[in-house]
Amino acid sequence: MTTPDAMALGGEAGEVTLAAPTGSRRNVLDLDDFTADEITSVLDDTGAMVEVLGRDIKKVPTLRGRVVVTMFYESSTRTRISFEEAGKVLSADVINMSSSGSSVDKGESLLNTGLTLQAMGVDVVVVRYPHSGAPYLLARHLPQVSVINAGDGLHAHPTQALLDLYTMRERLGTLLGAKVVIVGDVLHSRVARSNLWGLTKMGANVVLSGPTTLMPLDLLSGRDELEEDHPFAQVDVDTDLDRAIEGADVVMALRLQSERQQGGFLPSLREYIRRWQVTDARMARAKSGALVMHPGPMNEGVEISTALAHGESSVIEEQVTNGVAVRMALLYRLCAGRGSRMAQAG
Amino acid sequence: MVNRNYNRPVLIKGARIVDPGRGVDGVGDVLTREGRIVSAGATLTPLDVPDGAHTIPANGLVVAPGFIDLHCHLREPGYEYKETISTGTRAAARGGFTSLCCMPNTDPAIDNEAMVELVKRRAEADGVVRVFPIGAVTKGRRGRELAEMEELAAAGVVAFSDDGDPVADPNLMRLALTYTLDLAMPISNHCQEHSLCPGGVMAEGWTATRLGLPGIPAAAEESMVARDLALAEMTGGFLHLAHLSTAGSVDLVRQAKRRGISVTCEVCPQHLFLTDEWALGYQGDPGRTAGPLNYDTSTKVYPPLRGSSDVEALIEGLAEGVIDCIATDHAPHEVASKEVTYEEASFGISVLETALGSLLSLVHGGRISMGTLVDRLTVGPARVLGPSFEQYATLEAGSPADLVLFDPNLEWTVDTSQFASRGRNTPMEGVNLKGRVVATMVEGRLVHQDFGI
Repeated sequence: MTTPDAMALGGEAGEVTLAAPTGSRRNVLDLDDFTADEITSVLDDTGAMVEVLGRDIKKVPTLRGRVVVTMFYESSTRTRISFEEAGKVLSADVINMSSSGSSVDKGESLLNTGLTLQAMGVDVVVVRYPHSGAPYLLARHLPQVSVINAGDGLHAHPTQALLDLYTMRERLGTLLGAKVVIVGDVLHSRVARSNLWGLTKMGANVVLSGPTTLMPLDLLSGRDELEEDHPFAQVDVDTDLDRAIEGADVVMALRLQSERQQGGFLPSLREYIRRWQVTDARMARAKSGALVMHPGPMNEGVEISTALAHGESSVIEEQVTNGVAVRMALLYRLCAGRGSRMAQAG
Repeated sequence: MVNRNYNRPVLIKGARIVDPGRGVDGVGDVLTREGRIVSAGATLTPLDVPDGAHTIPANGLVVAPGFIDLHCHLREPGYEYKETISTGTRAAARGGFTSLCCMPNTDPAIDNEAMVELVKRRAEADGVVRVFPIGAVTKGRRGRELAEMEELAAAGVVAFSDDGDPVADPNLMRLALTYTLDLAMPISNHCQEHSLCPGGVMAEGWTATRLGLPGIPAAAEESMVARDLALAEMTGGFLHLAHLSTAGSVDLVRQAKRRGISVTCEVCPQHLFLTDEWALGYQGDPGRTAGPLNYDTSTKVYPPLRGSSDVEALIEGLAEGVIDCIATDHAPHEVASKEVTYEEASFGISVLETALGSLLSLVHGGRISMGTLVDRLTVGPARVLGPSFEQYATLEAGSPADLVLFDPNLEWTVDTSQFASRGRNTPMEGVNLKGRVVATMVEGRLVHQDFGI
């Protein structure tokens, strides 16, 4: 991609047109610095990428000559492979770095590893790290690299939120006014945090439900001091899941990590399952045709019943498919922007 | 201390003399000679001034007793890559501090006579301001058994603290307060109940929630403050509470003082000037909260920066006198320890060289008077340390000539590359401040001077 103009993805099935990238976005750190218009534009591009993924030969030359490195300091299946596939379908060269077997084993810091990659001329770094804010550290110190946050600590997972938004918009037609119930361990969920930004910016009504020990205390104790457009000022909390789920368009179950019980947040999994497992019976209170979502990986039988996870209302596999397309749209956007930025710099 | 008898008299002419210990606040002259104050107050005639005196014209400047810092980290020995006694005392001189009490969390810890001697000897050789070591409460600061506090006291420590960590065991804290009853020396505790903040790196609240960082609730500090106040009441021991950061702590101390409990406390400039929102970067600008400057590790400090209502309560406590003094908790670090993720970064801010500039914002904003500010930097800490320190907190004739001269209205921008401290770790970088130290004198000798004087 060398031109920032609106571009076409050639292919045997005809052409798909993408919006002209603005060229101003260098990094994807979280959705807090996206406007609703930019999110809409990413979701529109995602639609074009879904079409590419549906082709017989899933390959377009868009990012030929671009180098994408995935740096995963935490285990991951779907996110890492999804980024790798996204890059490869767009013809970028994708290199996977895992922390074991790399210089990280010799004690190299995240920052020095990033500087090394920058010196090698890498265009995009996709990073997952167990501590919140790691992608920001790289973005501050690597001016020639675009950074994509693939999950940082408890903080954010913006590409997951975008694929969730896309999946909802495809099924519901619009996010405006949609009632989205997010259930479970909000306190430790980077997926929930990024979805809060995205959903509130797109005009959805968000209700959080789950045990009070797994909610940020601020959300329970009042939000008077927040600005009106702050996402936390706009969400509702209802710990009674049966009531929260009334009339919902979407119910998203969050992964419940088994450490939470050991950490004393929960008396038992049994009690969690009784009160907060998303089940067919509970979904009966939602709107008919309401969607069931989960960011994965699932603990079937804990936060979500097995029947529901694989049932008709579940769009969990669709989320995974859309994840590849969203990441293609973002890689395209950042790389196209790089072209124009470098032209300006040159 | 590089302070060989400096005999040349110095005349500071026409300054505003702020000397709260004597209740003085007015324009006049200060004359020093042979390391002592000769006169501070009256306007002197040429006949009063000895031949060869170095005259400093000081119209529009404030002269005050040199500041006494009850709480700083000089890092030597063990962490000379973060700070040394040489660089730390020079930073102090640039900040107007003439006496530093240094915390014992060195390596090895200052928990025996030999370590006290070592620090004193190095301070004598390399330092430019007075250095008073604080001894550890427990052996090796491990929190298991009391250090040899009688020996430490005899060796010359001025207080006890395991700072960096609290004295976590309540019974050990009781014993420490009791054992030191006959030493008349404070036990300075860093109050934080660790079990309430596992992995905590910043104040619990909206900013921590937004950033996904483990929080430190106000109750972690307040529960230990309450515990220590109960122990001080029971034992009659001398409790000093280090770096209070929450409104609730101020309330607890206010009540305790009303009940006559023997307690003093301090607050740090950073907790009076900065809020937790500074962790978002962008100097706390509420209109600019998203972007790569988030996770500013220079804001990571123990206790954490808190919300504006806490800042307000601390300012009120300071003005009212519930808070006895201002201490810096100067905690210099090497660059690498902050160029990591927020969770991995070291706790601490390099404070000595920005303290006065940030504190003067309270005076310029009408929150406290100049006299109160100077009191909390001089008379307040001296009172905590005991009668032998009164001489360092006054400009009374005959006292050691430890003083600071500052321009309260000089506007400047913090530039850490100009720091004398090795620690460049501060969120104040690039911040515009109003008020700056012009000269600092220890025992009659100018140890810092700036701007053509």
